[in-house]
Amino acid sequence: MASAEDIFCGLLRLADDHLILGQRVSEWSGHAPQLEEDLALSNIALDLIGSARALYQLAGETEGKGRDEDQLAFLRDERAYHNLLLAEYPNTDFAHTILRQFYFSSFQQLYWQAALESTLPELAAIAAKSLKEVAYHHRHAADWVIRLGDGTELSHQRMLAAEANLAPYLGEMFEKDALAGRLADAAILPDPAELQAAFAADRANILTRASLPVADIESRLSGGRSGRHTEAMGHLLAELQYMQHRFPGQQW
Amino acid sequence: MYAQGLIGADTASGETAEFLAAFQARIDANEKIEPREAMPEGYRRTLIRQIGQHAHSEIVGMLPEGNWITRAPSLRRKAALLAKVQDEGGHGLYLYAAAETLGISREQMTQDLLSGKAKYSSIFNYPTLSWADIGAIGWLVDGAAIMNQIPLCRCSYGPYARAMIRICKEESFHQRQGYEIMLTLAAGSAEQKDMAQDALNRWWWPSLMMFGPPDSDSQNSDQSMAWKIKRFSNDELRQKFVDATVPQADRLGLSVPDDQLVWNEAKNGGAGGYDFGPIDWSEFWSVVKGDGPMNRQRIAARQKAWDDGAWVREAALAHAAKKAAQPQAAE
Repeated sequence: MASAEDIFCGLLRLADDHLILGQRVSEWSGHAPQLEEDLALSNIALDLIGSARALYQLAGETEGKGRDEDQLAFLRDERAYHNLLLAEYPNTDFAHTILRQFYFSSFQQLYWQAALESTLPELAAIAAKSLKEVAYHHRHAADWVIRLGDGTELSHQRMLAAEANLAPYLGEMFEKDALAGRLADAAILPDPAELQAAFAADRANILTRASLPVADIESRLSGGRSGRHTEAMGHLLAELQYMQHRFPGQQW
Repeated sequence: MYAQGLIGADTASGETAEFLAAFQARIDANEKIEPREAMPEGYRRTLIRQIGQHAHSEIVGMLPEGNWITRAPSLRRKAALLAKVQDEGGHGLYLYAAAETLGISREQMTQDLLSGKAKYSSIFNYPTLSWADIGAIGWLVDGAAIMNQIPLCRCSYGPYARAMIRICKEESFHQRQGYEIMLTLAAGSAEQKDMAQDALNRWWWPSLMMFGPPDSDSQNSDQSMAWKIKRFSNDELRQKFVDATVPQADRLGLSVPDDQLVWNEAKNGGAGGYDFGPIDWSEFWSVVKGDGPMNRQRIAARQKAWDDGAWVREAALAHAAKKAAQPQAAE
């Protein structure tokens, strides 16, 4: 049986993935390789923040302690954020950013598709809205993975480097711990383990078209779901939380 | 901000008096000039300069506001700011496209921005130091931009006038959003109110400078007015802005940093208007010449984005070329 506490924690994981990745992608605004990408990346960040808001609102209502989206998004300690480590991985360069986006979008598209069947109707509604957005994120990122993998020797090398750095984090997306198990059994959230095969097929298809090698999905680096983050997370939170920490309890 | 687009413009044209008179007759009849139609070289050159500077202002303008995206104080504000910065990129895109109809490429315009040959509005060379600056920019900077741009919706050059209609709608949304940030701060804690006042103090005078040098110093205005590229003088627009904005500051309970600001019944042909103190034009010219607080950093940031993105743009071209070279059957 999944308790209200379980549902709250499950929604928080999902909301944190979207907030933290949205925060990362938003760092590109005004600095992208071309104007069209400034628009596309800002748009993707905006969608991710939008999904995060809907999920935090639902989490707050589920918790029933009167915490709103901002209290949940800004006022927790690092160990209380439960996002995938992939989401907090620094932008590094456009190759890392685009490959990270492709991996997250491929996973999230499958996730939202499955979540349409959730027994929690508010979540199914968020899934339906987010699915349209993530389909665009996926197409945009996959097109770039192919262009960059296939483009020039330099772009190919950069994609190989990005793949080597990000691959160790992929397994975390499919981890099914006790909480994920209870939520999947109650058909509230999708079973992440069941999404791995379809993800692997999508990844193999796009990497092959990008002339990039397809290595196995590794689970070497994980811990985000239980709040053990990378060194990069503290810096991300320092910026994200700056105003709320410096001026507690104000309206903005 | 775009009256500055005419600084140093060379409106001289080498066409015959007959050609120029026929062109002027079309302008006087309020006809729109379209891309492939005959136009004086000076008209084309002046428009490229003005539209290009407007486009560059949108692009460089993404930087000071982008500076607060990752630190926005709430999710709602973060989303609104991201959307605003994205809109500015979109404005840059339509404006570059409008300038391209006059025979200059976006690549060339970008090079001119990076080399310092082309300018952008002086306002973006000031730093954003607090969250209240995001409110002040929306309220004052977008407010001043709208004053300049509403008349440009009737500019004689069709593509620019049409781009401006769409841009003005979005700018007026941004302006209201900025004012709403200021209202929230002004109604907040003492610290928030101080932050709002400090932002107004820093952005007020640079906003007045956005309208460009005083009419007594704008040599090229007459020709641009005759061609309907410019529809009101710099000083007229500046006065309208002050008259519209001072009551808004009063409503916020903030003080405009000008001890010579006073209502003058006789102004604006008896309708009344504000007299205001002298603008520090030496500061303005110093910023225009590249010595403002952030000029070097703004161009360095654009240069870095351009340089860091070179391999991405090259890869996209290389991939497109490989695809084009593939036989159709392989598709």
